[in-house]
Amino acid sequence: MTAPEATAPEAAAPGVAERLTSLVGALRAHGMRIGTGETVDAAQAVAALGLTDREALREGLAATLLHGTVQRQVFDPVFDLYFPSGIGAPDGGPTDREELRERLAEALAAGDEALMARLAAEAVDGFGGYGSPGSGGWSSQQTLDRLRPQTLFARVRDNLRARNGTSGFTDRLLEDEIRRRVETFRRQVATEARRRVAERRDRDQLARRAVATTPDRLDFLYAGKLQLAELRRMVQPLARKLATRLAARRRRAARGSIDLRRTLRGSLSTGGVPVNPVLRRRRPVRPELVLLCDVSGSVSGFSDFTMLLVQALHDQFSKVRVFAFVNRLDEVTPLLEHGAADPQGLGARIQAEATLTGWHGSSDYGVALGEFAERYGDAVGPRTTVFVLGDARTNMSDPNLAAVRQIAERSRRVYWLNPEPRAQWGTGDSAAPEYAELVEMHECRNARQLGALITRLLPV
Amino acid sequence: MLFKSVDDVAERLAATGYLASPAVATTVFLADRLGKPLLVEGPAGVGKTELAKAVAEVAGARLVRLQCYEGVDESRALYEWNHAKQLLRISAGRDESWDETRTDIFSEEFLLTRPLLTAIRGDDPKVLLIDETDKADVEVEGLLLEVLSDFQVTVPELGTITATRRPFVVLTSNASRELSEALRRRCLFLHIGFPDEELEQRIVRLKVPGLDEALASSVVRVVGALRAMDLRKVPSVAETIDWARTLLALGADTLDETVVHDSLGVLLKHQDDVLKAAAKLDLDAV
Repeated sequence: MTAPEATAPEAAAPGVAERLTSLVGALRAHGMRIGTGETVDAAQAVAALGLTDREALREGLAATLLHGTVQRQVFDPVFDLYFPSGIGAPDGGPTDREELRERLAEALAAGDEALMARLAAEAVDGFGGYGSPGSGGWSSQQTLDRLRPQTLFARVRDNLRARNGTSGFTDRLLEDEIRRRVETFRRQVATEARRRVAERRDRDQLARRAVATTPDRLDFLYAGKLQLAELRRMVQPLARKLATRLAARRRRAARGSIDLRRTLRGSLSTGGVPVNPVLRRRRPVRPELVLLCDVSGSVSGFSDFTMLLVQALHDQFSKVRVFAFVNRLDEVTPLLEHGAADPQGLGARIQAEATLTGWHGSSDYGVALGEFAERYGDAVGPRTTVFVLGDARTNMSDPNLAAVRQIAERSRRVYWLNPEPRAQWGTGDSAAPEYAELVEMHECRNARQLGALITRLLPV
Repeated sequence: MLFKSVDDVAERLAATGYLASPAVATTVFLADRLGKPLLVEGPAGVGKTELAKAVAEVAGARLVRLQCYEGVDESRALYEWNHAKQLLRISAGRDESWDETRTDIFSEEFLLTRPLLTAIRGDDPKVLLIDETDKADVEVEGLLLEVLSDFQVTVPELGTITATRRPFVVLTSNASRELSEALRRRCLFLHIGFPDEELEQRIVRLKVPGLDEALASSVVRVVGALRAMDLRKVPSVAETIDWARTLLALGADTLDETVVHDSLGVLLKHQDDVLKAAAKLDLDAV
């Protein structure tokens, strides 16, 4: 492998245009809207920057092709595939595991990322290969399992402490810093393994499949733990955006009818001619919101996210009440209160502090909705908008349509947000079509859809 | 062409006191080469506006600034006729014919140029800074499209004014509203995030010269740890510099629990954040 700064120009030069267009193709496959104009700009950027400095090339292409910050985390791995940092195996003979661990510990202690990247390359070459040379591949998991960088933690820490002494305030930051460096190394190994795999397999396929998509397109139902954490980080910015949009809608809604009294009064200064018509100002009535959230295992990622989002939007409403259910229903509004809400532990705290299950642990919409109508009927009034969040899978029990009808009659509007794809509504134990006849049901599979729905449906 | 190469950008910006990361230097270089506006996004306090000022200083150009806010409109952004002066002109020349007056009062003398028009008129080099673009209404974006893609402005009474010398355009945004795709398409996109540890240390030492090296490094490490926490508002570069200045003013030569505890308010702006950070950094003993 050649060093990162020396991407071989002679190998790349003729195929650059082709390589650039396939890079753009892969990015488009991840849902980015990149026009021909941007591709041409990118080519000009390549011409202006040259191919000698890979990092400059990366930044140049990012500047010309991307339109937003979230796209960057898709762009980087795709770029690594199309403009790899080198070709083939790194220089040097076979690596000894202990010796490599020794050098890695040194690099981690120094925090030298360039050196860590070189070691990642050696590690994948030495320990990541599986199968026969013709048909096998490279695995980052296997590399990390054999190298076990996390076990170097104590060694690196003691090493650094011996060097700098344990006194001083910053000593307490050391452990977290080392953890972050180990995390960086893991990512470098993953990148390197992907690069090696790309040399054997179809690069275009890999760029489409093996690179995770942007978090706002993640399917709530299939998001893993890490991805959910990533989603949670989107709550604040998304809430801010939605709040601005709601404010704009409110402003627009305020325009319209003429306030006759004030127009006439104003016309006195122009001799009775109403030069400036005065529009009626609507009294800002903040709507009330009630959220009914299914927090059973299958859809909890979706409910948690929505609860946090609504909580972040709380100043847009006069009152927000949140209820959680599995097969019993309980109010969880206090758990979400501002400042007290710790996003990571939210799901666990709801499960621990609220009575959500009766005899069994699977969700029962009929009983839960019935309980809501009975116990918390007074939470719903003519100014209340109710959102039900859940997949409407009743586990074959009675959907209790009467309760839904009752809630719908008392409230201003009822919306049902369903995280399942529309095609699956009504399959198996889903009572979605029955509920959809009574209340408006929307498909809401990812944060992007949720954002769009909230802007449209929330009362102003 | 303002710059010869990416390194040239970094060096000359550094000479004005702006330390650019490789990403910033590369993108500024491309914006200059391709003649496209530069859209800069990022958290508050990482030096988005400073970048425009630094480029202006390097290029020896005049900085024309359009500060966007909710309700900014054509007459604030583009141009306006000086009505009062026109009225004076009309009443001063009572015995003229209408044709004479009309051609006269719509001449350049009565035109009040606003930032966008100012930036494309004249031959001297200019840097146009459109600050906090996301605060402006959607209609203003439409206005920007014409200016940014063709660098021309149409004034019905005067005709189309085209830039003889294109200004270097920087738009900044805090992403409180999603800018339209059309606007993004016309720009190069640059996200300025928090700098890495080494760069931030250099920034702190440049801005707060009296601070000793070991303390600067501890400051940056603590800020780095705070950024890794899940806080409502993480400290930005501006806050790091403020904190470094505070420490200098307090005469602290090393960090300890008391100093950090007492000055945490400089870095964190929410009470829940202060409590959370204090707990995580073991400051509660104080």
